[in-house]
Amino acid sequence: MEINVDRDRCVGAGQCVLSAPDVFDQDDEGLVTVLDPAPAAELAEDVGQAEKICPAQAISVQKG
Amino acid sequence: MTADMTSVVDFPMRRPGASFPPEQYARFREQPGLVRSRLPTGAVVWLVTRHEDVRAVLTDRRVSSNPTHDGFPSLLGKTGGVPSPDTMPGWFVALDPPEHDRFRKTLIPEFSVRRIRQLRPQIEQIVTDRIDAMLAKGDEADLVADFALPVPSLVISSLLGVPEVDRDFFEAKTQTLVRTTATDQEREAATKELLRYLNRLIKIKSKRPGDDLISRLLAAGTMSQAELSGVSMLLLIAGHETTANNISLGVLTLLMHPEWIGDDGVVEELLRLHSVADLVALRVATEDLEIGGQRIRAGEGIVPLVAAANHDEAAFGCPHAFDPSRSARHHVAFGYGVHQCLGQNLVRGEMAAAYEALFSRIPGLRLAAPVEDLPFKYDGVLFGLHSLPVRW
Repeated sequence: MEINVDRDRCVGAGQCVLSAPDVFDQDDEGLVTVLDPAPAAELAEDVGQAEKICPAQAISVQKG
Repeated sequence: MTADMTSVVDFPMRRPGASFPPEQYARFREQPGLVRSRLPTGAVVWLVTRHEDVRAVLTDRRVSSNPTHDGFPSLLGKTGGVPSPDTMPGWFVALDPPEHDRFRKTLIPEFSVRRIRQLRPQIEQIVTDRIDAMLAKGDEADLVADFALPVPSLVISSLLGVPEVDRDFFEAKTQTLVRTTATDQEREAATKELLRYLNRLIKIKSKRPGDDLISRLLAAGTMSQAELSGVSMLLLIAGHETTANNISLGVLTLLMHPEWIGDDGVVEELLRLHSVADLVALRVATEDLEIGGQRIRAGEGIVPLVAAANHDEAAFGCPHAFDPSRSARHHVAFGYGVHQCLGQNLVRGEMAAAYEALFSRIPGLRLAAPVEDLPFKYDGVLFGLHSLPVRW
């Protein structure tokens, strides 16, 4: 699993932080940062949810 | 679109109860394409009811939030006049990218998950004080007037940096904005007084900055003072009645399903179930596009219905059931796309703090009127309760 985020698109809703707090965070500007770009397989569901619900569609997850 | 005007339905429609969107929505979701409907103004718009289609509309760059575009839908006559960016600078919910982004980006850090966690003790203190005041008065209260409305108003005033001595004034004026018995004149007067107050506050903060949102926005230097007062007003209005309605409807639903009190999934499921801001996300097409198999032409109004999306069986099984154990996070109660509610984490924090304190401090809390007699806001732009009589 590989995660990419587009900080230009990010609108800082924080939904990814709520979905997968070990993988995503918001920096001092409130924009998405990735804490763990290649998270363990058991986090796949949470990460998938973060990707799906991001209102700015700023998260992409490559499964692998 | 002109071929079959008999299929144009009148809108908005009445909800049958607290936890249900209008019954017609289920039928609309089954129909191919979108639904033609007529607003009270006479304008004909497209209703969007499927979860997938609502998300598609709200993320499409050919769809605008700016009411100055021709064909923008209006529920006027029911809202008492909504500001727009040309009447109120800083009213950025009605701006499209890229103009919108300057405001949003400056405000994001104020509402991040971390910032709201830091604010939690302040929110809890406000909640505690309101409960103390209710308990001191006797053994019954109107949970709307005595709790659900003052809490978010006090939270926002604390966030903005309104001094303690001015909180009563600030709260009284914000109540006038949402009181249904207030006349349009009273509401306009209250809006003017609040704007005047905010302008004065901004001037004071520009000389003596404090640890508050207005001072930090002044320091960021991305907005004029006029824009800053418009932004402050927007935060106040957007975060007040919406939050109050969510708090009071949530208390009602929890009183009817006490087995879920204290469950972690409660807040998200309540947001989905009640979807109080069903009629808020009004849009207009600026180019021709296709949504849900429906051709939409430039200049046609679009109303994506978040309550319909949040009760779509394709997205949520048994959608009318209150089930905090479900995964409800993909609800669109806060909208979707670049305008998704900026204050959503604050609302979540206020709801959680409210339920936690209410049910632990007042374990005997119960309804003081039959559910069928409760005055729901059937006629409002936001769904909610006018009052919620409780006793203990």
